[in-house]
Amino acid sequence: MPRVLMCPPDHYALRYEINAWMHLENQPDLALARQQWQRLYEHVRRIAQVELVSPAPECPDMVFTANAGLIVGDREVLLSRFRHPERRVEEPHFRRWFEEHGYTVYTMPEDCPFEGEGDILYAGERYLAGYRKRTEICAHRLASEYLKHEVLSLELVDDRWYHLDTALFVLDERTVVYYPGAFDLYARRVIEEHFDTLHVVEEEALRFACNSVVIDHTVLMPAGCPLITALLERRGYRVIPVPMSEFIKSGGACKCLVMFLER
Amino acid sequence: MRTEIITLDGHIIDSLTLSKVLDILVSTGVDYEIRRFEIGKTHDETSHAEILVRAPDEESLQRALHEVQQHGAVISQENAKLQPAPQDGVFPDGFYSTTNLETFVRIEDTWILVERIEMDCGIRVSRTDTGWRAECVPLHRARKGDLFVVGTAGVRVTPAPRREAESVFHFMGSEVSIEKPKARIVQAVARAIRDTKASGRKVLFVGGPAIVHTGAAPYLERIIRAGWIDVLFAGNALATHDIEYALYGTSLGVALDTGIAETHGHEHHLRAINTIRALGGIRQAMEKGVLKGGIMHACVVANVHVVLAGSIRDDGPLPDVITDVMQAQDAMREAIQGVGLALMVATTLHSIATGNLLPASVTTFCVDADADTVIKLTDRGSHQAFGIVTDCAFFLKELAEQLCGKE
Repeated sequence: MPRVLMCPPDHYALRYEINAWMHLENQPDLALARQQWQRLYEHVRRIAQVELVSPAPECPDMVFTANAGLIVGDREVLLSRFRHPERRVEEPHFRRWFEEHGYTVYTMPEDCPFEGEGDILYAGERYLAGYRKRTEICAHRLASEYLKHEVLSLELVDDRWYHLDTALFVLDERTVVYYPGAFDLYARRVIEEHFDTLHVVEEEALRFACNSVVIDHTVLMPAGCPLITALLERRGYRVIPVPMSEFIKSGGACKCLVMFLER
Repeated sequence: MRTEIITLDGHIIDSLTLSKVLDILVSTGVDYEIRRFEIGKTHDETSHAEILVRAPDEESLQRALHEVQQHGAVISQENAKLQPAPQDGVFPDGFYSTTNLETFVRIEDTWILVERIEMDCGIRVSRTDTGWRAECVPLHRARKGDLFVVGTAGVRVTPAPRREAESVFHFMGSEVSIEKPKARIVQAVARAIRDTKASGRKVLFVGGPAIVHTGAAPYLERIIRAGWIDVLFAGNALATHDIEYALYGTSLGVALDTGIAETHGHEHHLRAINTIRALGGIRQAMEKGVLKGGIMHACVVANVHVVLAGSIRDDGPLPDVITDVMQAQDAMREAIQGVGLALMVATTLHSIATGNLLPASVTTFCVDADADTVIKLTDRGSHQAFGIVTDCAFFLKELAEQLCGKE
């Protein structure tokens, strides 16, 4: 059974604007957010072992554990180095959790922003990595040294899809689901050359269809994405829609709330 | 022309990052050259590319660098390594050996242009009141303790500019021109000389004694008197036979107007040398009214900077000849400062010697009846040289007419 890391939304809030989705005047309903998180948690718990990291009051976005770092080996983690100071305060909390759980923690150089599993995704023989919005390409090369696997760099070109995991998810080792509009032409060519693909339409990409968690044949997907759901179901996947409206206000959804520790 | 070296590392092929960076360079209007490319042998292994970026000016360079840095291109940050010379006339082990191409060295994170670039030398770096200075220094000028660049780190060479398709020589196609319309080529050389002078740079003429033997001296004299030549390099022979002709009307004893060898004519050149030696030099012979014409006379009148370098087979030589070859080289080094065009006619020895000293940026023409001379010159690294295989009398006659009009 895979093992994942989540963080309860006790201190989740919208206190700053660091992406195209965040607007201070469009505050999330925190009670509803808690319900949505709880529902996702219940679904994940059925198919994976869930570890929890304690939320810190000064870190309203710590709930998005995908950005804590990237597992690069057996109990080895490459800790994130957030681009924005607003989120850098999360780093020591995640570091402490990993250290307390017996992980060797690696870090990126000061001048090399890297936002963990938000921007580098496992895809079987290789990893897919986004850059230019949060993570910089320098991190891809360093990550590939830790991972000892090929890392394909993909340029993100639309501010609304600022992390790779907002625009793409890996269905299986051969198949990628993505929204082409988030990527430049080179990245689209790289994706198409290396994978079978399913394209997400813009309308559903805006509902964070690409921010889905795949565990075996189950896809936990933000609610409201019928087209891609139908395509996945035709391939034999079970798609579970999870309402994510209150987290989308901060620019995150299912996948942002989950970090893979073991597959 | 501004250049910078960038490197790209990672899975740059499968990610198309390399293609993207190269496309960006082209679209930002800069030129590039892949200097090194190591491809990862397996999917997991990373690749490495070293790319020289060439931009017309600093602004376009910075714009291009800014763009490609976003995609992982790293600007070379290594400083040059320096070692002191262990003794006079000796470079430190592993010294960087120069080319004749524009070269920069990186000292304390700043790229510094190497002054007086010349092939087969070392780069001496010194601190001055205004900052670091780098200069090209031949082996014999190294002094114990001088700091020299060792290794290739922190050294950047600007490759020879591609010859422009529309340049006056595009029709020559090959480097050595034998089967080409000669008059057109002479026109092109004349135009290049005019352009050089117009841009405030000097014209260097390097000549051999065949100029005098073939009766071409008056054409060269005309060109010099008209002020087209600023610097002249030659050996004892050109000067001697020119003076022999001025004093006796012969060259190697042959009367140039009749082509008939004169009785005891073979002594003329030695008698000419003796006369000049007795008077103390060329200028003195002119002042005494003994030397009244010829190439050397014209050089003095036209204030041409003359360097006569001696060689092992010289007779005399004339007092003006520098017989220590290292001293002669140094005198030539001084004289080529500011030279923009070199015209080498009918001499292998002096052409190659001069070619060794010239930066590749100097437009160079080598005119000889023998294609070998031209080939030897380019084989020894003066790749910028255009070869023109033709008789020097024809060439200089045409050139004099082009530059000074028909007589």
